[in-house]
Amino acid sequence: MTYQAVIGLEVHLQLNTRSKIFSACPADYHGAGPNEFTDPLTLGLPGTLPTLNRRAVELAMMFGLGLGCDVSGFTQFHRKNYFYPDAPKNFQLSQYDRPIARDGYLDVPGEGGPERIRIKRAHLEDDAGKLVHPTYAPYSLLDLNRAGSALIEMVTEADITGPEQARAFLESVQAIAQSLGVSDATPEEGKMRCDVNISIHKPGEPWGTKVEVKNLNSFRSVARAIEYEAARQAKVLDAGGIITQDTLGWDEGGQKTFLMRTKEGEADYRYFPEPDLPPLDITPEWIAEVRARMPELPAQKLERYRAAGVRESDAQTLSLSVSLSKFYDEALKSGSDTQKPDAQKLANWLLTDVAGALAAQEKGVEDSDLQPAHLAALVGLIDAGTISGKIAKDLLPDVLAGHDPAQLVQERGLSVVTDTGAIDAAIDAAMEADPATVEKVRGGNAKAMNALFGPVMKAMGGKAKPEVVRERLTAKLGL
Amino acid sequence: MAAFQTAAQLARAVQSGETTPQQLLHGALARAEAVRGLNALVSLNSHAEEQAAAVQGRMQAGETLPLAGVPIVVKDNINVTGTRTTCGSRMLANYVSPYTATAAQKLQGAGAVIVGKANMDEFAMGSSTESSASGPTLNPWDHERVPGGSSGGSAVAVAAGISPVSLGSDTGGSVRQPAALCGVYGFKPTYGRVSRYGLVAYASSLDQIGPFARSAEDLALLMNVIAGHDPRDATSLDAPARFAVGGADSLRGLRVGVIRESLGGNTPGVEAALGATLDALRGAGAVVGEVSIPELEYAIAAYYLIAMPEASSNLARYDGMVYGERVPGGDVTRSMTLTREQGFGQEVQRRILLGTYALSSGYYDAYYAKAMKVRRLIADEFTTAFGQYDVLVTPTSPFPAFRRGEKASDPLAMYAADVDTVAVNLAGLPALSVPAGFEEVDGKRLPVGVQFIAPALQDERLLALAGALEAVGAVQLEMPQD
Repeated sequence: MTYQAVIGLEVHLQLNTRSKIFSACPADYHGAGPNEFTDPLTLGLPGTLPTLNRRAVELAMMFGLGLGCDVSGFTQFHRKNYFYPDAPKNFQLSQYDRPIARDGYLDVPGEGGPERIRIKRAHLEDDAGKLVHPTYAPYSLLDLNRAGSALIEMVTEADITGPEQARAFLESVQAIAQSLGVSDATPEEGKMRCDVNISIHKPGEPWGTKVEVKNLNSFRSVARAIEYEAARQAKVLDAGGIITQDTLGWDEGGQKTFLMRTKEGEADYRYFPEPDLPPLDITPEWIAEVRARMPELPAQKLERYRAAGVRESDAQTLSLSVSLSKFYDEALKSGSDTQKPDAQKLANWLLTDVAGALAAQEKGVEDSDLQPAHLAALVGLIDAGTISGKIAKDLLPDVLAGHDPAQLVQERGLSVVTDTGAIDAAIDAAMEADPATVEKVRGGNAKAMNALFGPVMKAMGGKAKPEVVRERLTAKLGL
Repeated sequence: MAAFQTAAQLARAVQSGETTPQQLLHGALARAEAVRGLNALVSLNSHAEEQAAAVQGRMQAGETLPLAGVPIVVKDNINVTGTRTTCGSRMLANYVSPYTATAAQKLQGAGAVIVGKANMDEFAMGSSTESSASGPTLNPWDHERVPGGSSGGSAVAVAAGISPVSLGSDTGGSVRQPAALCGVYGFKPTYGRVSRYGLVAYASSLDQIGPFARSAEDLALLMNVIAGHDPRDATSLDAPARFAVGGADSLRGLRVGVIRESLGGNTPGVEAALGATLDALRGAGAVVGEVSIPELEYAIAAYYLIAMPEASSNLARYDGMVYGERVPGGDVTRSMTLTREQGFGQEVQRRILLGTYALSSGYYDAYYAKAMKVRRLIADEFTTAFGQYDVLVTPTSPFPAFRRGEKASDPLAMYAADVDTVAVNLAGLPALSVPAGFEEVDGKRLPVGVQFIAPALQDERLLALAGALEAVGAVQLEMPQD
């Protein structure tokens, strides 16, 4: 008999703040030498006091609003006490019973339409430093650059049912965070980290005991860990065993979970309200002000693209990517002086030819030389019949390198010839050169006309518009 | 020996060119040397000489400095760049701060010269200045007795004339009680009036920096400099500092409420000084009544159940990893454990353990949460009392200075020494200890103090009152014999 999985996710996002969450210490430490991004507070020196970064609060408000959460009213920080050298004060400043965002949801695309995942809460906290363990060294080293960075931790209800849904959810969260500028949300840089809570049970039976899988650093690992755990737990239960409430790690190399600690080993964090930071009251006025500054959400983009006639799968791909949608929107806008490029054709070009070519260069649209207006112009030239799709593809490498397609067409004389005078001359020459075919056609064999079509196109260097050639031939042959 | 001069007098002398910051510094250092046996200071500021010269330079450049050249001592839990901040602990025996606390920076900005750091109970936990890693500080009135604590060194520095004013910190009475036991003024401002940035935390929701002085005018002078909002302290208040002393006529009609629960249980000398102070107030036209704050019965329990949990978290950072003394131990956990076992004294360890226990899962509601409720009730009762009275009054301490060692081995007896002071911190109120008389014990004259309490943010009212009390002769300021 098969089992159902009950899954909840915890997602940590590093916020896009210039300074750390509780001090003016600069936060952009990526690539810096160890401990270069520290100040007295980051080092936990005696006598230092936290002051709350306003931008961190506003980004958290935006994120909460983007997830349909309630962010109003009092919010407060608590101290989470534990001893570990990566936390210089031996406590973390986090939120406990009054998180900044509560009770939201996110609709993710599913097979039978959108599926709703409820968001329990999202709260602010500071990040820890990093312990470095040099190989064979009898010591460890401490790098506090990351310590005090602003984090948001988002927790879902246990509404997720499988690995693909988890992945779709995480992609949506990532898109929201990136669209709002809340976080770079790049798992590979550690700016988005996930923990999975998962249990299984048979339909109609009560939920099983859950385990937590910690520190998953890619969406793929999340999906794999869910698959692995669901299968492992099923095996244990089928064999008559029981699941214990453990905390597991994910072995990336072996693609399996491993035991980190049992419930008995869990710390008592002795949470209590941070006396150095008064509670914060988030007023309706403040929320309105932040909402007014919020960039467009992925769901809003999706609606817009659907309305513009973009097919569902392309609309979703575009709306989930900040860089693609930004590029696409600029390209769409740029067509105004002549005519708007067709929304779907533009999407086709961007998501197939352009995306393929850039992938080969290991680039994204944001760091390519391709101009949105140029792509729009290329699509416009095909639409207007000025160039063929084949010529457009030939031009693409140069357009990707930053060249204007209209200019290329002009310089290289690539424009499709629609001048009937030149075409007529070529037709006359072809008819003269092949009187036998002309006879056949005039004798009633209309299909024979094709024997003249090729030489005309050849004489025109492939630049004649085929429909025009056909039309002129038909007329000249008196068909 | 000539009478000790006040900060106001010294600043005027510097401003008029009669003396220089360097001369005042040399005088303070000479006096510190003369009374070295009291063990009031744990370290001298090695940059003081150049800082005095810098003040002189600023004067010559035309700056007006309210504390021009005034030598000052600060408690050793207040960070000053380039000086050691030991907090009276082995843990920080060699810790040199890379930054300066806001209050100390404001003093320096006003022209004061920090002479040295004052001895204290380890991490400000104590009422006798006996638990310092630098040894006990002696009471200048009787060297067998304690100066009170935890800011005992700051109180003695002023009482023995090293500096006219000093800074301490008051979490449950740590400025007011030693002020009373040493015969000087000690002022605990409204929570948030003075920035805590750079003050090493004991119990964050209760800690407040406060001045010691030998005149009401000096208290006002100092408060006008150190009070004010600090963007580095999220709990600091934005209230303009308008401190000034009042005259005798300001006492007319003043409504003074004696807190009933603070009467009885005091030594005769304490009762006598309180009575004399009340008589003087009545004589000047004040209306004296009695008021009850029943919740005071629970104040000490609530105080320790809030202070210790906060301390257990605040002191968690001392693990020897990034700074401070480190005891090696094979692995990280062992090293941290040994560091904390050997770096902290007994009382600090006791409070960390009790605080950790009180915050633990299953005990939080019974202890910490309950204490927070008591705290709110006490604050409410004070608010009610202030509906009837402008200021409330109690003894600062039920007894004068006790003998060294007398309470050191009995923590509960030591905690009880705070009976008159802790409620003020729980309610976040301003309170002033006024030197109000002497009690003769075993042939020695020991100072006693009277405490005045005002509503939150009415700090100015207390310093005005102090000036008025001086004017009617109700303040007993004397110099101890060397």
